[in-house]
Amino acid sequence: MRELDDKNKATARDDNSSHKPGYKDQADPHAYLEQLDNVDPEEARQWLNVGVDITGQNRSGTFIQKDCSVLHSGCGSADVEIMGISQALQTHGWLSDYMWRLVSPEKDDYTRMTRDIPHEGYFIRSLPGAQVAEPVQSCLYISEEGLSQHVHNVVIAEENSSIHIITGCATAEHLRSGLHVGVSEFYVKKNATLHFTMIHRWGEQIEVRPRTGIYVEEGGTVVSNYVSLRPVGSLQMNPVTYLAGKDSVARFNSILVAPPGCELDTGSTVILEHPGARAEIISRAITTGGTIIARGEMDARAEGVKGHLECKGLILKEGIMHAIPELVGRVPGVDMSHEAAVGKIDQREIEYLMARGLDEETAVSTIVRGFLNVDIEGLPPGLAEEIDQVVSETQHDAI
Amino acid sequence: MLKIEDLVVEVEGRTILNRINLEIPEGETHILFGPNGSGKSTLMMTIMGFSGYRVKSGHIWFKGEDITRMPIHERARLGIGVAFQRPPAINGLKTRDVVSLCAGQKSANVEELAQKANFTDFLDRDLNLNFSGGEMKRSEMLQLMAQSPDLVLLDEPESGVDLENVVLLGEIINELLGRGVRQREKEGPIAHHEKKSKSALVITHTGHILNYITADKGHVLYNGVLCCARNAREILQWIREYGYEECFRCAS
Repeated sequence: MRELDDKNKATARDDNSSHKPGYKDQADPHAYLEQLDNVDPEEARQWLNVGVDITGQNRSGTFIQKDCSVLHSGCGSADVEIMGISQALQTHGWLSDYMWRLVSPEKDDYTRMTRDIPHEGYFIRSLPGAQVAEPVQSCLYISEEGLSQHVHNVVIAEENSSIHIITGCATAEHLRSGLHVGVSEFYVKKNATLHFTMIHRWGEQIEVRPRTGIYVEEGGTVVSNYVSLRPVGSLQMNPVTYLAGKDSVARFNSILVAPPGCELDTGSTVILEHPGARAEIISRAITTGGTIIARGEMDARAEGVKGHLECKGLILKEGIMHAIPELVGRVPGVDMSHEAAVGKIDQREIEYLMARGLDEETAVSTIVRGFLNVDIEGLPPGLAEEIDQVVSETQHDAI
Repeated sequence: MLKIEDLVVEVEGRTILNRINLEIPEGETHILFGPNGSGKSTLMMTIMGFSGYRVKSGHIWFKGEDITRMPIHERARLGIGVAFQRPPAINGLKTRDVVSLCAGQKSANVEELAQKANFTDFLDRDLNLNFSGGEMKRSEMLQLMAQSPDLVLLDEPESGVDLENVVLLGEIINELLGRGVRQREKEGPIAHHEKKSKSALVITHTGHILNYITADKGHVLYNGVLCCARNAREILQWIREYGYEECFRCAS
């Protein structure tokens, strides 16, 4: 792999300043659990809310980190490796070559923190040719008040393999403040497929700063789904994907809901470097009083690449919705498009459904549910119900 | 079934309908002719209760109830259904789900209805999104079949439909209204007589749809005034021969 450009090094877009000082960078250690049977039911419930099921049913493997400790990692499949990143570094001498390659440690304060005071993270690898049928689940959980958690994750989908990862991030119910920094580096090798679904359910004052780089080789596909429906203090992320091989594909879907007091600055950058590379970024965002910045940047650097960006935002009653789609073409013969729309629910649509016998409230929730439905493949089953619940909770904001 | 008395309607401060009187008895299909901009769609939207159509005076009665100020969904539940000329697309909402919603408390066999409307391939598509003119009409008809209203309002059902599909559309409308020869063939004469036909108000400015459906009466709306009521085919002949203006002059 050659030296990557500076997209994931420091940029003006990364804020170094906003996080409040005074977090602690260590937590009491938690003992490793061979079995998850005895997990506190309240914690298990929080994890289930983000798609992580301690029974491990319909999962190929599980990784759970609580605060700074790996609580559990296990795998029922010979096709997959799952472990804490420090154990993985001991197991595989070569792994250090994959660290800090797609994300520069000097990118910002958050990456520096993760380099200087690392707190584990996961290593997940599908072996060459493996078709991992059931998803692998991982959970990053904060239970200590005021903790600054810095994890470093590496995912490798080896050649011709296919894997689906569900990552749930959550905090304990009582938690008020905290910071989560997640540096993630994903490698999708030749003809491999990585399906990555991340569900966030943080506390109302938690600051969240994921820093992600994704590298996709020839014929490889990455599908990344991101869901944040509940209040979070502030979230800022902009994963950078390098479509670094012929016919490589990236698809990003996000579903965002920002209640009052919530600041979401999210986006995706995709660099299309080889002929036949294709990218799609789709976001659906609803503010019920919070601020959402939905970014998307596609940078076309080779002939015959194709990209489409779609940012749609609804302001139900109040809040700020800022869609920033950007397209860059550096050679002729690229095919890039975008579609952005910000507004309220169309009265015509509401009345249309009312003419079919739906009362106004049901008509609005039906439209909002449809708006959030981007046909995401592989969402955990409980999530549709969660979306329904959030939609009905935001109901009174819409009318 | 439907009775409109002295109805005056304003849209954005401009009077569009002036002292409209119209009655559609149970089981009858009435045709509303009128040139573009005469107020046909306004009348339909007002009967359904859409916002932006302000009733200045007069009343709309349906099944003996004064529905003039009733919310849209209550009118729908009382038995009025409408097929729009240009329905909005709704992102992410599957046609299948809307058809189920249309059935309300009744249970509807969505697949079976979709087969009748020749629309099975569209059930998993987003409602009206990138539908062609004919597809939109079939989608509207399918929703009405599930809703099964007692009074059907059809706004320009043949517009944007190609010749080949207009026959199918006519059949679907007859099925929906419980009328037409094919319907009788299927059910037999006794079944047909026992089953009540639905009432309907069909808007058209070309009159083409009359080749495919049975009309009991026609009305002409010109500049917001209902000026003539008689046999629908006769009216159509007049309009074809002399145009709307002459039709209006004759009536006044």
